[in-house]
Amino acid sequence: MGAEPPVKEPSPKIVIVDESPIRAAILEEGLLEAGFTGVVHISEMQSLLSRIYALDPDVILIDLENPSRDILEQMFQVSRAVRRPIAMFVDQSDSASIQASVDAGVSAYIVDGLKKERIKPILDLCISRFNAFAKLQDELERAKSALEDRKVIDRAKGILMKLKGLTEEEAYVLLRSTAMREKKKIGEIAQSILTASELLK
Amino acid sequence: MSTALHVGFIPLIDAAALLVAVDKGFTKAEGLDVTLAPEVSWSNVRDKLNVGLFDAAHLMAPIAIASSLGFGHVKVPLVASFNLGLNGNAITVSPALHAAILREVEGDPFDPMVTARALAHVVATRRKSGAEPLTFGMTFPFSTHNYQLRFWMAAAGVDPDEDVRLVVLPPPYMVDSLAKRQVDAFCVGDPWNSIAVDLGVGHILNFVSDILPRAVEKVLAVRQSWAERNPQVLAALVRAAVHAADFIEQPENRAEVADILAHPERMGVPADVIQRALACRLKIAPDGTMHEDKNYLLVGRDGAARPDPAQAAWLYAQMVRWGQAPLSPAALEAAMAVFRPGLYDAALGRRPGDAGSVLSDNGIGELRLVDAFAGPRFDPHNLEGYLASLGYSHHETRSD
Repeated sequence: MGAEPPVKEPSPKIVIVDESPIRAAILEEGLLEAGFTGVVHISEMQSLLSRIYALDPDVILIDLENPSRDILEQMFQVSRAVRRPIAMFVDQSDSASIQASVDAGVSAYIVDGLKKERIKPILDLCISRFNAFAKLQDELERAKSALEDRKVIDRAKGILMKLKGLTEEEAYVLLRSTAMREKKKIGEIAQSILTASELLK
Repeated sequence: MSTALHVGFIPLIDAAALLVAVDKGFTKAEGLDVTLAPEVSWSNVRDKLNVGLFDAAHLMAPIAIASSLGFGHVKVPLVASFNLGLNGNAITVSPALHAAILREVEGDPFDPMVTARALAHVVATRRKSGAEPLTFGMTFPFSTHNYQLRFWMAAAGVDPDEDVRLVVLPPPYMVDSLAKRQVDAFCVGDPWNSIAVDLGVGHILNFVSDILPRAVEKVLAVRQSWAERNPQVLAALVRAAVHAADFIEQPENRAEVADILAHPERMGVPADVIQRALACRLKIAPDGTMHEDKNYLLVGRDGAARPDPAQAAWLYAQMVRWGQAPLSPAALEAAMAVFRPGLYDAALGRRPGDAGSVLSDNGIGELRLVDAFAGPRFDPHNLEGYLASLGYSHHETRSD
């Protein structure tokens, strides 16, 4: 730790604008664990600006899939509604952070005056949680398709057992060897058996 | 060998030259393998272009200037060597506001000065009766729509910051917001004006081409550093876009172009709505009234595709007028340098002074004038004088 004495500053008020409740929960949980207590999640885009003005946050995090992001850009403009000027997302010089956050699919808006060293951990956490969510979603997709494959294979096995009088074990071996010979996935071979049996009905 | 490019766009009709360039194979013929990525916000398009996730993008002209000058966000110099379109916007109002304006109209309702004066009356009446100020939707702080709305209403003395509310709305939310009476009017490009009319929730009051006959709208923007490293690729991209624009402007191709744009992965709206905009003939009222203006949307014809630095100067002047930018000769020069007719000419193998080349280069000596329905003649040489005669004084950066 540096020589500076610990500064007792209040936790910055953070608003998460995200229509995905799961991702927002993952992020909120991470922020709370890291000691950021003032976190509010907005999932309703109706009158977004007035809600943000009322909350008067220090940091706003928004996902890049959200069309309402353009609405937030209005906060840079001089206007009666803005109590404090909102700066742009990260420091101009910190292009690596900008790149990382755009890559992760999130953008941060920060009220002018908040110190860079206070923003960095929030942004880093946000980026890693967004990436974790994307990975989770990816795994979920893969698990789903594996489950689909499994169902298709089971049905194809059933057809082979019935038509060729095979045991379950034999039916599976036949599927697997065919897949290897044709350089295809077992799921694909099973699907073609289902399609063929559908046609021949 | 083909060069892979990632290009971002917002699903709007003025992305036509880009979408047709790819979907009709004009980019492939130039040796480019373009992946088009639809985006949901202008902020995303700007940021993904700025950080290099996109090589090029369909971008609103004022955003290209703001990004290059560092207004409102991170400063990343961009260049525009092809105009995707001139004009193409309209002001659409709710049936209630339409009726209120028509009651006050004195003269030709297609004359934007007449509607602006009528709006001024409506605004005054509402203020007297203690009604909420009217709310106008537009697409982005640094948007043509913002400046066009302001230019129009200010011509009749309506102060866009004091007398009405201007709010940013993503284009796909415009129609819904009008239907739910969250806004009284909006300025946006098509298909959204036509969709509001088709659903019976809006009347097109004025085409922006009646307010500014030649207003640059979207550009094909790239990072300046990328343009310097990839001059041949940029030239090939511009040539493909020029071929696409030529194709789009042939009336016999309109149905095919509309089908290409209507595809769910492009715009996902009915082809007939797109055809109306391409034909510059729009249904302006739910009762079926049509209105036509040959300049409603220009994609390449009449020299529309060639970037004109005077247009950049006009946009910069609007930023200054409305307090978004300071007035400085250096900023003006930098804004104008975003628009590169020289790169456009070079892509087409034209040399300065060739026939068909209107301008020699970025010099402001021979610029085409930017006309408007009202106000002083625009002069990029004398921005201060132009702004002064619009009533601009240095009070604009307010702090209340």
